[in-house]
Amino acid sequence: MIKRLTKNPIAMGMLGIILIIALLGIFAPFVAPHDPYEGNILNKFATFSWQYPLGTDNLGRCILSRLIYGIRPTLFLALITMIGTIGLGALMGVLAGYFKGPVDEVIMRIVDVMLSFPSQIMIFAVVALMGADVRNVILANIFIKWAWYARMIRCNVIKYRSRNFILYSRCIGTRETFILTRHLLPSIASELAVLATLDVGWAILNISTLSFLGLGVQAPIPEWGAMLSEAKNVMTTNPIQMIAPGVAIVVLIAAFNLLGDALRDVLDPKEMELS
Amino acid sequence: MKNYIAKRILTTIPLLLCITFICFVFINLIPSDPAEVALRIRQTPVITDEAIQAVRLELGLDDPFLLRYLNWLGDSLHFDFGVSYTNPSRTVLGEIARCLPATLQLAGASLLIVILLSLPIGFFCAVYKDSWFDRLVRGLVFMTTAMPAYWVGLLLIWLVSIRWNLLPTSGAGSWQHLVLPAFTVALTYISTYIRLIRNNMLENMKEDYVLYAQARGLRQGTILVKHVLKNSLQTCIVAIGMSIPQLIAGTIVVENVFAWPGLGKLCITSIFNRDYPVIQTYVLMIGTLFILFNLIFDIVQALADPRLRREAE
Amino acid sequence: MSEKILEVNNLSVVLRNKKTDKEILTGVSFQLRKGQCLGILGESGSGKSICAKAVMGLLDDQFKVSGEIWYKNENLLQLSKEKRRSLRGKEMAMILQNPMTCFDPLYRVADQIAETFETHMAIDKNKINAYAVRTLEKMLIRNPDDVLRKYPHQLSGGMLQRIMIGLALSMAPEVLVADEPTTAIDAATQYEIMREFEKIKQSGNTAMIFITHDLSVVSQIADYILVMNQGQVVDRGSYEHITKHASDLYTKRLIKNRLAVINKYREVLGI
Repeated sequence: MIKRLTKNPIAMGMLGIILIIALLGIFAPFVAPHDPYEGNILNKFATFSWQYPLGTDNLGRCILSRLIYGIRPTLFLALITMIGTIGLGALMGVLAGYFKGPVDEVIMRIVDVMLSFPSQIMIFAVVALMGADVRNVILANIFIKWAWYARMIRCNVIKYRSRNFILYSRCIGTRETFILTRHLLPSIASELAVLATLDVGWAILNISTLSFLGLGVQAPIPEWGAMLSEAKNVMTTNPIQMIAPGVAIVVLIAAFNLLGDALRDVLDPKEMELS
Repeated sequence: MKNYIAKRILTTIPLLLCITFICFVFINLIPSDPAEVALRIRQTPVITDEAIQAVRLELGLDDPFLLRYLNWLGDSLHFDFGVSYTNPSRTVLGEIARCLPATLQLAGASLLIVILLSLPIGFFCAVYKDSWFDRLVRGLVFMTTAMPAYWVGLLLIWLVSIRWNLLPTSGAGSWQHLVLPAFTVALTYISTYIRLIRNNMLENMKEDYVLYAQARGLRQGTILVKHVLKNSLQTCIVAIGMSIPQLIAGTIVVENVFAWPGLGKLCITSIFNRDYPVIQTYVLMIGTLFILFNLIFDIVQALADPRLRREAE
Repeated sequence: MSEKILEVNNLSVVLRNKKTDKEILTGVSFQLRKGQCLGILGESGSGKSICAKAVMGLLDDQFKVSGEIWYKNENLLQLSKEKRRSLRGKEMAMILQNPMTCFDPLYRVADQIAETFETHMAIDKNKINAYAVRTLEKMLIRNPDDVLRKYPHQLSGGMLQRIMIGLALSMAPEVLVADEPTTAIDAATQYEIMREFEKIKQSGNTAMIFITHDLSVVSQIADYILVMNQGQVVDRGSYEHITKHASDLYTKRLIKNRLAVINKYREVLGI
């Protein structure tokens, strides 16, 4: 499976882009030309120059530096959210699908209830009530979205559960935890990978939207959504401030979506037959 | 058929109760004491313990949990949602009623744009599969899914209003004010529905009845519109219908960008002002709409498909 | 000998894939005379359905069709798509394998019959219903008015198959292609459907191409049989000729298996 992945040019390309962006973010202090918080108010709205490749914003800060430093909150918060959501969803889905019976019933009832409500609004509500803070945003996301993944993973688990090799394992009395970790997880890993990749895109969108509205990451942290919120007011004088973070968001989300699609194609059973 | 409808309605009631319960619980989860918050917002100069006690009595905060829930539920059913914390002279119902029409207007216009654009585009993408048109549309659809709605809004304002000076930048008033915000909201959904219709049509085109219709000598155009499209629309209409509440809720961000005086703006200001009754009622409203629309369109789907109609009987 | 209705010369079909071309049908030739029934025998994947679809013009652009199909002094493969469409359903009719899925589930039977009539005949709207009722009556369907008002999922497979046949015959076609018409039907209804086909043959007005994988079914109806395997005609002749003088290995195996079943049956019954 990994081998087929490496042969797919799109998947490799997107993985490359994402890795480069991630590395830029990690090594931001070495890569960015300026401090993202330091601004020379006299130099606001500067045009492109070698010193300030993307110019400066309304407070005289280097836009490019803020963009690079902004990778950290934008990308890494989304990754943390994804890990939490997928982790909780997968845990619940596996428990429900594997053990069936009352465990399944309880978990699925909860999932049904959670899925009956529009997720976007619920996230807003949770953030509203717990306060506008990054931590709350992440928790709200995890708390609301896990249900959707739980259901999908449960479907998958049920499909694999009746496969012969697992039945055999149970027959010879292997410990349940062993079966779960060594047999079941690898089977659903591929589906999980696709879901995870697509979820990162969604998380980036969600976190940046909340930050844009002032409910997530607060200024002056250079999160791309928050940057756009500041840019809104100075659109006429300095359009680049609005365009640059937006394009960055689009590129990042598009990269994750393409990667997710490519993964899905790679793991499609029909493709497996043809190759 | 009536049995099916009755059963569906019965299953919806517990869900509705659930959401009311969750909404109620939410309020009681806020970290600060609601009495204190109320006093603070009313800008009471000195917050003494007696004042807090008085407010607690006033708001009925000392009653047992279940009693408070039932009282609140009873009030809600009478559309009495209490008063706004920020401005006690205004009722929550009044606030929401004030802002609702603008949001409905925006949601309605967006829905219209979504339907008018996604149906024909999806149709032709399926009919001319893999043509330049199809590939172009799929590329655009992919890009739009990666674009945050608020950024699209900003871009549109910059291009259309500022640079080309075609439409006003913000506010409400005339139909010109409506165009950009409606289009921005619609854009998020258009991509989903183009994909949905295209995929549905492609699936249906492989069905046996298409082959038989061709074998009978029917014209391809007739087959596509009369048979394939109608079969594909089934799922699409239901999907579109069920997303109407999301459309209404999704205007929050766009209203913020375009300063559109609707529920979204109310919601955001309430969040910043910690006006919890308003938030609570808003969530309750959207949640109820969501469940109700799901119910309605479930039934519509059952009615529209003759096969399900019979099964339900 | 009756007149030649259809002549197929060296028909070949290639499936164009993104990477490779796959030859599905190679060098198929046969003739069809008026009132005759040609049987095409073969397993799934032998190319018999593709052959029928190629004759009817139902293959999409993924398939490249070459050779000649002569019908009324015209090579069908050189006609425009529109011209072929106007022949389909009227002069060349087809019956498909799964009647349960061949009708659009959202429209009543009456609507689907009516649209076929309207496509090919300049018929008065008021007369359509009467015509439809008559079509069903000819197929010995009781309560035709009731049946017409129903949706496809409310009718049985056998009934739908009869409606298909009736609809195909209502236009008085020159050629009727039946693609595995009995495969998806239960045995009792199969018998009745086969009787309908025999009636068609006896009337002598329509030439038939009968496609099946079942040797016993084809033996009942076909005057001349083509045995197909992997896209080629491997044997041809009457049923007696094939059972006794089959030249191809595949045919021989087919016959042997069939005769083994018959012999066992006789043995068990003590005949």
